[in-house]
Amino acid sequence: MGREGEVVSELIPDFERSHPGIKVEVQQIPWSAAHEKLLTAYVGDATPDIAMLGNTWVPEFVALNALEPLDARVAKSADVKRDDYFPGIWSTNLVDGVTYGVPWYVDTRVIFYRSDLLAQAGYDRMPTTWAAWREAMQKIKARMTARQYPLLIPITEWPPPVILGLQAGSSLLRDDGRYGGFRDPPFRKAFDFYVGLFRDGLAPALSGTEISNLYQEFERGNIAMYISGPWQIGEFTNRLPKELQDKWMTAPLPGVDGPGVSLAGGASLSLFRASAHKEEAWELMEYLSRPEVQLRFYQLTGDLPPRREAWRDTALANNRYAKAFHEQLDRVVPTPQVPEWEQIATKVFEHGEKAVRGQRSVDQALAALDRDVDGILEKRRYLMTQRKVARP
Amino acid sequence: MSTRRLRMPAEAGTAAWFFLAPALLLIGVFFFLPVAAALLLSVTDFDLYGIASPGNTRFIGLRNYTRLLNTPDFWTALRNTFYFAFVGGPLTIAAALGAALLLSSKLVRFKGFFRTVYFTPFVTTLVAVAIVWRYLYHTRYGLFNFGLAKLGIGPIDWLGDPHWAMPAIILMAVWKGFGYNMLIFIAGLQSIPEELYDAAEIDGAGPFRRFFNITLPMLAPTLVFVAVITMIGYFQLFAEPYVMTQGGPLRSTTSVVLLMYEEGFRWWRMGYAAAIAFVLFLVILLATLVQFRLQKERA
Repeated sequence: MGREGEVVSELIPDFERSHPGIKVEVQQIPWSAAHEKLLTAYVGDATPDIAMLGNTWVPEFVALNALEPLDARVAKSADVKRDDYFPGIWSTNLVDGVTYGVPWYVDTRVIFYRSDLLAQAGYDRMPTTWAAWREAMQKIKARMTARQYPLLIPITEWPPPVILGLQAGSSLLRDDGRYGGFRDPPFRKAFDFYVGLFRDGLAPALSGTEISNLYQEFERGNIAMYISGPWQIGEFTNRLPKELQDKWMTAPLPGVDGPGVSLAGGASLSLFRASAHKEEAWELMEYLSRPEVQLRFYQLTGDLPPRREAWRDTALANNRYAKAFHEQLDRVVPTPQVPEWEQIATKVFEHGEKAVRGQRSVDQALAALDRDVDGILEKRRYLMTQRKVARP
Repeated sequence: MSTRRLRMPAEAGTAAWFFLAPALLLIGVFFFLPVAAALLLSVTDFDLYGIASPGNTRFIGLRNYTRLLNTPDFWTALRNTFYFAFVGGPLTIAAALGAALLLSSKLVRFKGFFRTVYFTPFVTTLVAVAIVWRYLYHTRYGLFNFGLAKLGIGPIDWLGDPHWAMPAIILMAVWKGFGYNMLIFIAGLQSIPEELYDAAEIDGAGPFRRFFNITLPMLAPTLVFVAVITMIGYFQLFAEPYVMTQGGPLRSTTSVVLLMYEEGFRWWRMGYAAAIAFVLFLVILLATLVQFRLQKERA
């Protein structure tokens, strides 16, 4: 999918040479269309042998009973070594304790920041607690004009409020994913912090589509910090001018009282139950999971590998911007593994947006959020009483 | 005539059915059947779990409909759709009529050129247009705010402010859509006999009298056609907000069709989405009937 789809075509010839008799056909789909395409393929009995799935989609395809359990294959495999993977990332592929995917690349969120602006405010490194982070932002704000902001988090993205919630210890959903748990004290505390960033003028209330050129804003010092994922390393390196290259850095996310957790995002390779070539498909999955192939994949895409062994290679170990990700990957947690998660996630930022724009108080927004989420989970609760769905 | 028709031989009826059959079959298979299936779908909770195993689908009667009517998001979407149709529709028609009158005037030269220019937005791909307009609307670097700043008007957050997002979308839709209606109006204007104007002029009627007493009444059938077609099209607002705002900010540009798309193809709650489709169908049907009734009363 996306750029990964183009690149994997370049990795395939080597595989075909070392595995005579297997011919791989790669189909590229843009990310935005992939989910729909895979679901219609499932309905039309035309699923591929293997596919790359965003790891939040895994529970959904498991609910469809479309994926093949992989535990037996992983246990026997010489290439896919479970212990070598970052545990938080591996766990995103487990539903009810069964493995349905092998992590292919990881995506987590860290802070990209202007080290010079932070230094001017008196800091030689990113703070690691919420309180210190906030104080640093206030000091940066004091040196800025009214239309400049220490932090940018688009209000139409769900990861920031969700990450803060996870850092505060919220489980997001309660009772085995039967109800929303957003009014519980941990999430409330995180949401308060999140909304406060906007209300106190530390971050602008902008939606994703309104930010036309992030790099320009970063270059001009209109924003000093930005929470984003690994793909931005390449973008920042290519798009920021030379003289700014030693003035930006990445850092793991701060947490409530010390380094905080982040999202265990990324993509997995999954084997479809309906495949007629499971052995061959598994061989391809093993091939793509080898550390040396993952490194080549990293060099072609900038996508970070999910295995520790690949991270020992100099290409990654010497990349100073990747270091924060390496550190963060030891502290990642998955989002609730229910098929409804993506829809719940959009509700989180929708109600967040209402609170940020001052249309609702924090308590009103969270109550409305829980009400919506409970509604979304109604079918799941019904099926759970019928014992028809897996528990997370 | 009528007696002859009554005594039409039976074979003629059979022959008629025979000739109608291909069209009826196509309409039946590709229109009425899916519509019936959708109606059935709208009284179930068919969703992702239902795709997995049909046994997970419940017959829930009118619960989709009652839930829909109790969802604030639906009312927001309906309000937005009405806003778009009842502000954007008349604006489009007014702009189209104005342009048509200008282009029919004897004083204007290069008519063919202007007709092409005004029609061009209509044939341009909407997605491309929407992306360009997104730049025009940019708060800091957009052309609109650049122009407004010259006039001393502070920057407007066109697509980011819940109050401005819908007007911004309407403005773009009017610009994009008026060319088509303009062509229909030009055709309508051409069918008005010139003698009427000559006679009115001799009687001493000024341009405004001529417009209200000749042009408008003679144009009435065209006007109704344009109004109905525009309204039906505008009630189905989808692509503009889908590309430009994704329904935001704060759902201020979420239309009923966008809501239906999200529920059906993003969250795969097909039953619920089908219910939205039928509610929209009823709304459009009602609005069309009202327009025809108004037209009849006037006639």
